[in-house]
Amino acid sequence: MATTLYEKIFNRHVVREDNDTYLIYIDRHLIHEVTSPQAFEGLRLANRPIWRANSILAVPDHNVPTTDRKKGILDPISKIQVETLDNNCDAYKLTQFKMDDERQGIVHVIGPEQGSTLPGMTIVCGDSHTSTHGAFGALAMGIGTSEVEHVLATQCLIVRKFKTMQINVNGVVGKHITAKDVALHIIGQIGTAGGTGYAIEFSGSAIRGLSMEGRMTLCNMAIEAGSRAGLVGVDSKTISYLKDRPFSPKEELWEQAVESWKELISDEGAAFDKVINMEASSIEPQVTWGTSPEMVCGINENIPCPEAEKKESNQKGYQRALDYMGLKESMPITDITLDKIFIGSCTNSRIEDLRAAAQVVKAKKIAKNIKLALVVPGSGLVKAQAEKEGLDKIFIDAGFEWRDPGCSMCLAMNADRLERGERCASTSNRNFEGRQGQGGRTHLVSPQMAAAAAIHGKFIDVRELE
Amino acid sequence: MLPLIRHEGVVIPLDRSNVDTDAIIPKQFLKSIKKSGFGPNLFDEWRYLDQGEPGEDSTLRKINPDFVLNKPQFAKGTILLARENFGCGSSREHAPWALLDYGIRIILAPSFADIFYGNCFKNGILPIAISKELTNTFFDKSQSSQGLRLLIDLENQFIIDGSDKHDFDIDAFKKYCLLEGLDDIGLTLKHSVDIKNFENNYHSQFPWLTK
Repeated sequence: MATTLYEKIFNRHVVREDNDTYLIYIDRHLIHEVTSPQAFEGLRLANRPIWRANSILAVPDHNVPTTDRKKGILDPISKIQVETLDNNCDAYKLTQFKMDDERQGIVHVIGPEQGSTLPGMTIVCGDSHTSTHGAFGALAMGIGTSEVEHVLATQCLIVRKFKTMQINVNGVVGKHITAKDVALHIIGQIGTAGGTGYAIEFSGSAIRGLSMEGRMTLCNMAIEAGSRAGLVGVDSKTISYLKDRPFSPKEELWEQAVESWKELISDEGAAFDKVINMEASSIEPQVTWGTSPEMVCGINENIPCPEAEKKESNQKGYQRALDYMGLKESMPITDITLDKIFIGSCTNSRIEDLRAAAQVVKAKKIAKNIKLALVVPGSGLVKAQAEKEGLDKIFIDAGFEWRDPGCSMCLAMNADRLERGERCASTSNRNFEGRQGQGGRTHLVSPQMAAAAAIHGKFIDVRELE
Repeated sequence: MLPLIRHEGVVIPLDRSNVDTDAIIPKQFLKSIKKSGFGPNLFDEWRYLDQGEPGEDSTLRKINPDFVLNKPQFAKGTILLARENFGCGSSREHAPWALLDYGIRIILAPSFADIFYGNCFKNGILPIAISKELTNTFFDKSQSSQGLRLLIDLENQFIIDGSDKHDFDIDAFKKYCLLEGLDDIGLTLKHSVDIKNFENNYHSQFPWLTK
C-alpha cells in the first residue's frame, strides 16, 4: 500500500498499541536547561534510571549570555538553571556541549550540525521548535517536561497518530524569497491552528529547491501553523549534508544507512488527510504586522491584509494586535520604522542565513534610527565558519554587534531584549505580545529583509536595495 | 498527580483567541528549576501593570484592574473559559504548572494547541474542547452579576450548567489517567520487556541508530 513518509517513520517505531494509543520508541532526545530540571528531579524522586543515556544530547542555549561569556552568567537564577543542567549531565554521564564548548549553540542548530539528527529517527526535545529536525525526513516533535521525564525513563512516548497534511509548493520562488517567506506565507494562508493535529509534509518543486538550511527554517515554523511535526522527504541534499558529520554513521554503516534512507519519502499515490497546493512564484517577502504569526502580509501590502479581514471572528483580536503594535489599519508596511534588528534564533541563524544577510549589508551602514542590530549565530561552529568567511567584519563594519551563540532575543531569557514600545525586525519565529521583552513589538521577517530594514531604518523590499 | 473526577467552580471568562504560553507564563519565570510557585505570575503581563521578576512578592505589585483575574466576581474562579487555539506557542509545561498553582482545574475553549493540551493532562488539569456556540453561551452567561457556575463530571463526560447538560469527548486513556491520578511512567514501565525486545530488534535492523 502507498504510504506517507510520516506513516513509514511512525509505523517502524510502534512498540505497542492499545485503542489507538501508541507507545513509540524514541531514537534521539535533545535536552536544554529550561525544560529539563524538573524532569531529572522527578526521575531522582522516583529512583528511576535513564533508559538509554547515549540517545541524549544536551546543550544550554536559552539562558546563555551572548557577550563576555568568560565572565560566566551574571543573572544568578539563570546561572543556577545552567548549572543544574551541567550537574544532571555529569551525574548521568550524558553527552553535553557546555557553555564554553565551541560546539555549543541552539539545540535545533547543533543537532543537525553534529549529524545527531538522522533520517527516519524519532526525535524529541522539550521545545516546540523540535519540528525543525523534520527537514531530514525524521519525525521530530516538541514535548512537555512530563514527557521529557517519560522519555528519560522509558525511551518511549505515549502518542496518538497525527492526521497527515501535504503542502505542495510548486514552481520556483523569486529572487530573495526565502524559506522564511514561504513559511510565513503558508501560516498566513492556513492560520496558526491550521496544522493542529496534523503532521505536515512539505513537498513540491520549490521545497526540493530549498537547501537543508531552508528546509530546517520551514519545518521549524510548522509549529507556528499548529503542527507539532513538519517533514521533508529525503533526497540527495539530505544525504550530502549529513556525510562526515561527527555523529553520522561511518563507512559500511553509512552505506547501509544511505540505502535505507532513500525509502524515506512518501510513496507515489499515498493518501493524505488534507492536501494544499500553493504557487511559489506568487510569494512576496513577508512581514508580520500583528501579535500572531498568521498576522502577516507581503512587503508591498497594507495592514491588515485582505485575507485577514475575512475572518470575522478575529476582528477583536486584530484590533487588540494593532493597538499593541502601535500600528494603524491600512498603513503600508513600508512606513513602519524600526528600533532594533535581530538576526538569529533556531529559525534563521545558520551559515546560509548569515551569508544572505551579510550580502545585503556589505559595504553599507545601519540607519541612524536603529539603536541596536544584533547578529547571534546559531552555534559556535556557525560563528567560526562565518568568521572564516569574513562575515563578522561585514556585519561589524555595517554597525551590527557580533555575538556568541544562543537563543538570545528570540525569547529574551538572557540580557538581550526589547524595552517597552521598541520595535524590532526579527528573524525569529514568534511575534507574541512580550515575547522579545515586555511591551516589545516584533515583526517577523527573513534574514535578508531584516538586513535590509537595518540599512534603511524602515521595512523595505530587499529586491529594491539592489 | 492530583486526580480529577468531578469539579464544580466559577468560570473565569478570558475573551481572547490564540492565548499563547508566553502570555500564560512569561519567560523570566521559566528560570525556576521547580514545578511550583508559578501561580502568582499566571498571565503576569496582563495581570499587573509593572514588569514582574522572579522572586518578587506579587502582593506588593500594582494590579491591572481591567484584567479578568482581578475582577472580584471571578477571584475564586477555577474554570477558565477562552477562545480558539488556547495554549499555542512554546511547549513550556510551566504554563499548566502556573494554571494549576493558581487553582485552575478545567479549561474550556473551542480548540487547543496540541502540546499544551497534552501537558494539561499530565498535571491534573482537564482541557475540554466545546463548540463555538457553547463558548458564546458561556461567555454571555459569565457576564451576569452572579457569574457562571459549572459542574464538570469527567466520569460521565458532562458539563452541567444548571438544568442543561452538555456532553464532551475525551481520549479514553487520558480520561483513565486523570480519573485515577496516574503517573504514566509507571504504566509504561510495566511494558519494559516489550520495550527491550523492540529495542533489540530495532537496533539490529538499523544498527547506525544505536549511538
